[in-house]
Amino acid sequence: MTITSQAPAAEVGAARKRKEDARLITGQTMWTENIVVPGMLHMAILRSPLGHARISRIDTAPALREPNVVAAFSGRDVADVQGSLPCAWPVTAELVMPAHPPLAVDEVCHTGEAVAVVVARDRASAVDALAAIEIDYEPLPVVLDLEAALADGADLVHTDQTTNKAYTWIFDSAQAGTGGAVDEAASGAEVVIRRRYRQQRLIPAFMEPRSVVVDATGDQVTVWSATQIPHVLRFLLAVGTGTPEHRVRVVAPDVGGGFGGKLQVTPEEMITYLASKRAGRPVKYTETRSDSLLSAHHGRDMIQDIELSARRDGTVLGLNVRLTANMGAYLGLVGPGVPILGAFMYNAIYKFPAYRFECTGVFTNTTFTDAYRGAGRPEATYAIERIMDELAVEVGLDPLEVRRRNWIGHEEFPFTTVAGLTYDSGNYEAATDRAKQLLGYDELRREQAARRASGDPVQLGIGVSTYTEMCGLAPSRVLGSLRYGAGGWESASIRVLPTGKIEVVTGSSPHGQGHETAWSQIVADQLGVAFEDVEVLHGDTRTAYKGMDTYGSRSLAVGGFALVNACKKVIDKAKPVAAHLLECDVSDVEFADGAFRVRGTPDGGRSLADCALAVFAAHDLPDGVEPTLDADDVYDPVNFSFPHGTHLCAVEVDTETGRVTIRAYVAVDDVGRVVNPMIVEGQVHGGVAQGVAQALFEEAVYDADGNLLTGTFVDYTPPSAADLPDIVSDRTETPAPDHPLGTKGVGEAGTIASTPAVVNAVVDALRPYGVDDVPMPCTPERVWQAIRNGGGQS
Amino acid sequence: MRSNTQASARVETPDTAVVRGPGDVEVWLSVNGAAHRLAIEPRVSLLDALRDRLELTGTKKGCNQGACGACTVWVDGERVLSCLTLAIACERREVRTIEGLADGQTLHPMQAAFIARDAFQCGYCTPGQIMSAVALLKEGHAKDDSDIREWMSGNLCRCAAYPHIRSAIRDVRDGKTGD
Repeated sequence: MTITSQAPAAEVGAARKRKEDARLITGQTMWTENIVVPGMLHMAILRSPLGHARISRIDTAPALREPNVVAAFSGRDVADVQGSLPCAWPVTAELVMPAHPPLAVDEVCHTGEAVAVVVARDRASAVDALAAIEIDYEPLPVVLDLEAALADGADLVHTDQTTNKAYTWIFDSAQAGTGGAVDEAASGAEVVIRRRYRQQRLIPAFMEPRSVVVDATGDQVTVWSATQIPHVLRFLLAVGTGTPEHRVRVVAPDVGGGFGGKLQVTPEEMITYLASKRAGRPVKYTETRSDSLLSAHHGRDMIQDIELSARRDGTVLGLNVRLTANMGAYLGLVGPGVPILGAFMYNAIYKFPAYRFECTGVFTNTTFTDAYRGAGRPEATYAIERIMDELAVEVGLDPLEVRRRNWIGHEEFPFTTVAGLTYDSGNYEAATDRAKQLLGYDELRREQAARRASGDPVQLGIGVSTYTEMCGLAPSRVLGSLRYGAGGWESASIRVLPTGKIEVVTGSSPHGQGHETAWSQIVADQLGVAFEDVEVLHGDTRTAYKGMDTYGSRSLAVGGFALVNACKKVIDKAKPVAAHLLECDVSDVEFADGAFRVRGTPDGGRSLADCALAVFAAHDLPDGVEPTLDADDVYDPVNFSFPHGTHLCAVEVDTETGRVTIRAYVAVDDVGRVVNPMIVEGQVHGGVAQGVAQALFEEAVYDADGNLLTGTFVDYTPPSAADLPDIVSDRTETPAPDHPLGTKGVGEAGTIASTPAVVNAVVDALRPYGVDDVPMPCTPERVWQAIRNGGGQS
Repeated sequence: MRSNTQASARVETPDTAVVRGPGDVEVWLSVNGAAHRLAIEPRVSLLDALRDRLELTGTKKGCNQGACGACTVWVDGERVLSCLTLAIACERREVRTIEGLADGQTLHPMQAAFIARDAFQCGYCTPGQIMSAVALLKEGHAKDDSDIREWMSGNLCRCAAYPHIRSAIRDVRDGKTGD
C-alpha cells in the first residue's frame, strides 16, 4: 500500500463509543456465573450465624444423604490442606497475623464466616442440603468496639492470640527529615483544633455477585473468577496450594464492577478449589446478595483523631493524625496497608511544615476490611478537608481562602511534601477558580446569608473539597519500602499480525473501565492503524501471563505507559524493514502520521501493515532483522501520579425534618491528558456517586451480638437514580510531565473528593445552629439530632 | 407426574384453584416469541427459568430479593422483577427479555442510545436498565428528568451511570438517534 501524506485523526482525546458495549447491551456477555463446564457441580456454603464461637461439633455426613448431593465437608476435613488465606501487605515486622483458614476449623470469628460446604448436581439441592449439616457452637464474647478492643483485659477476637492489636505504624516528619515536629508546632500555635471523625463501615456492593468456577480435575487447574486480580490470584493460588504455577490458569471473564471489592483472594475461591479437588469435578460457586454483603470484604471503618495547629491568619503549622483502623476478624490481601496509603495524603494539597501520622490496626469480630474505591485516600481527604473548614470558621475566613493560604502554588511544582512524596504537577488555583465559576459560588454565599438572616427553615450550605490523590500504583521500590509483597509495574504486548491488524495484550484487568476502547485509541495513534483494527486482550493468564491487574487508578497511568513503550518498540523494529522496502538507509526513515517515509519525501511511504507482511513472508529481509514486529514492555513507574481538583456542593437542609437535598454539585478534576472524555466523565459520575453515598446514605451496621443488620439492598442502600443530583463535570488539564500520554488516572478521584464536599455543605448549612459535625451518613435522623443537640464537637 | 392432567384441567376451568406440584410440572413459556415447554418445580422463579433452563443469561440475578432491578423483564409488555415472579404464573403470557429486544441485527433505539451516551460501565445491570427504560417511555413516565429519576429508581447501578442513562432515555424520547 502506498501512503500519501494525510495525517490520520488523533484518537486520543476523542469520545469514542466503547468497544465493550455491543455485547453488554444485548445480554451476550460472558460473566463467570454464565460459564458452564461439562460435568460441573454446584457448591453452597454454610456460614456462621454467630459473631464469635467455638465449633464444638460438626457433622456433614447427613448432608450426603440428601438428594443430588455429591460431597460435603467442613474445615476439619480440609484442615491439613487448606492453608491460610494470604495477606500481602504486612505493614510492620511485628504485625499480628492470625491464621485465616478458608473454612473455619475450631473457631468462627465473624458472622458469615464459612464453616462447611455441600457440593451437588444442582444449586438448589446444594443449598437445601446445608440444612442437614449438624453443627454445635459454643458462643464466645464478641468484640466489636475498636477502643474497647484495645483496652487491657479486653476479650479476644481470636482466642489463640494475646492481643486485638494488629499493628501500629508511624510516620513522623521530624524523624523522616521531611518536616518539623508536630508537638513543637502545636505548642507555638495560636489555634489548635482537635476533632474526631468516624469513617463508617462501607460495603463495595458491586452489582455482579462474586462467582467462581474451578476445574481442578486434571494436571491443569483452571479458575474462572469475577476478580479484579487474575494475575495475583494465579500466583497466590499456585503458592498456596502447591500447584506448579505453569499449571494454573486464571480467567477473569467480563467482571461486573469491583471498586476494590474484588481486589481479594477470597475464601470462596479457595473453597471452590478444594471442592473441585475433593469431588473430582469442576465446581461453581455464586454468592447470593446477602452472602455478598455479609462476607465479601468491607471497606473504611476507622476512627480519626485529628489535631491541626495554625496561626490566626490561617497558616497551618502542624497536623497530627491518630488513626484507629478496623481490620475486622482477619487481615485481607492488602487490608493492613489501606490506612497506610492514606498516610501520605492527610497533608493533601497543602504546605504543612510538620506532620505526624500514627495508625493502629485493630481486630474485631466482623467481616474483614480491605480496599474500597480510594482505599485510604478518601479517609485522609475527608479528615483534612473537614478540619480545614473548622479552621476557616475558627479564624473567620472563607473555606476557600484558608485553603488558598496553605496550598502549593502552581509555580512551586515539583513539590516535595511533608509526607515525603514529590507531587509532579498541579494547578489548584485554576481548578478552584473554574469550580467557583461553575457553581456560582459568590451568588450562593449571598443567598445563604439571606436565608440565615430570614430564619428560613430550609438552610443552604456550601461545601468545599480541594483534593489530590496519589494514584498510578505504584513504584515497586516504594511498595517494597512499605513492605508490600509485590511490585507495581505493568505490562503490555503488541502483536502485529501479518495483515497489519493488531492484538494488544494488557496485564491490567478491567471490570467496567473501558480498557478495550482506551487502549485501542492509544495504539491507533502510536502505530498509525485504525481504531477498529486493534483488539485488546486481557484477563486470561494464558494470554496475558504478566500483569499486576486493575486497582488504585493504575491501569492507564502505569499500563498506558507500558503500552506506549511497547508501541515505540514496534516502530523501532519496523524501521529497518521499512528502510528495506523503501530502499533507503534506516537512518533516513522517519515514522509519522502512520507511515514510514524517507526523510524529506512526503509521498511514497509504507505502512506498518506493509512491514508486517514483509516480516511474515521474510523472504528477503536484511541480515540480522528478526522476522517479527511484536514487542513487549514492562514499565515500573518512577513516581505516583497526582490527579487533583476542586469539588463544590450546595445542599439544602430542611431543619425541621433533617432532610438533605443536593441542589448543585460541581466537579472540576485535573486528571491530566484525557484519552476518552466520555469514559472519564462516566468515571467521575460514578466516583462522585459513591462518595455522596458515604456522606448521605450507606453504612454497614452490626448489632451488639455481631449480626450484620444491613444484609440486603433494602438495609444497605446504594443510591438509586432518584437519590443523586446532576453533576456538573468539568476539567482543567495539567499533563503529567513524566508520562508519555500525560495521563494521571481517574477511577477514584470522584470518590475521594466528594464525601467531604457533601458533609462540609451539610455542616455549613447548620453552622447557625451551633453544629460543627454530623456523623456519616448524614441521614435525616442524624441531621435532625445534630440540630436539636445544638452542636457538635467543639 | 400429575402435571399434564392438572395443567389441562386449569386451561378448561381457569377459575378453579388447582394444586400443581410439588415436584416438576409442565410449564409452557413464551419468551421472545418462541414457545418453550419446561418441566419445572412450581416454585421456580421466572428469573431462574430464563437463566438456568432457557440459557437466556442476559437477565441478571443482582439480588434475588426484588431490590436491585437487574432482573427486569417484560411480561405482557409490563416490566416485572423476574426474581419475584414465578415462571408458572407466566403461562399464556408473553415474556420479553434483553435477548429479544433488538430486531435481528438492528439494535433497539434504546440499546443504540445506551451506547451513544455511554450509559453504563461494567454493564451488569444494563439489561435490566434497558428493559426498564423502554417500558418507562411506554408508560409515559419520562416527561422530565425528575420523572425519569423516580421511575428508574428501581434499577440500581453501582457504577452510577445514571446521568448518562437519563441522557439515553431523553434521546429516545425525543427521537434523537446517535450522537
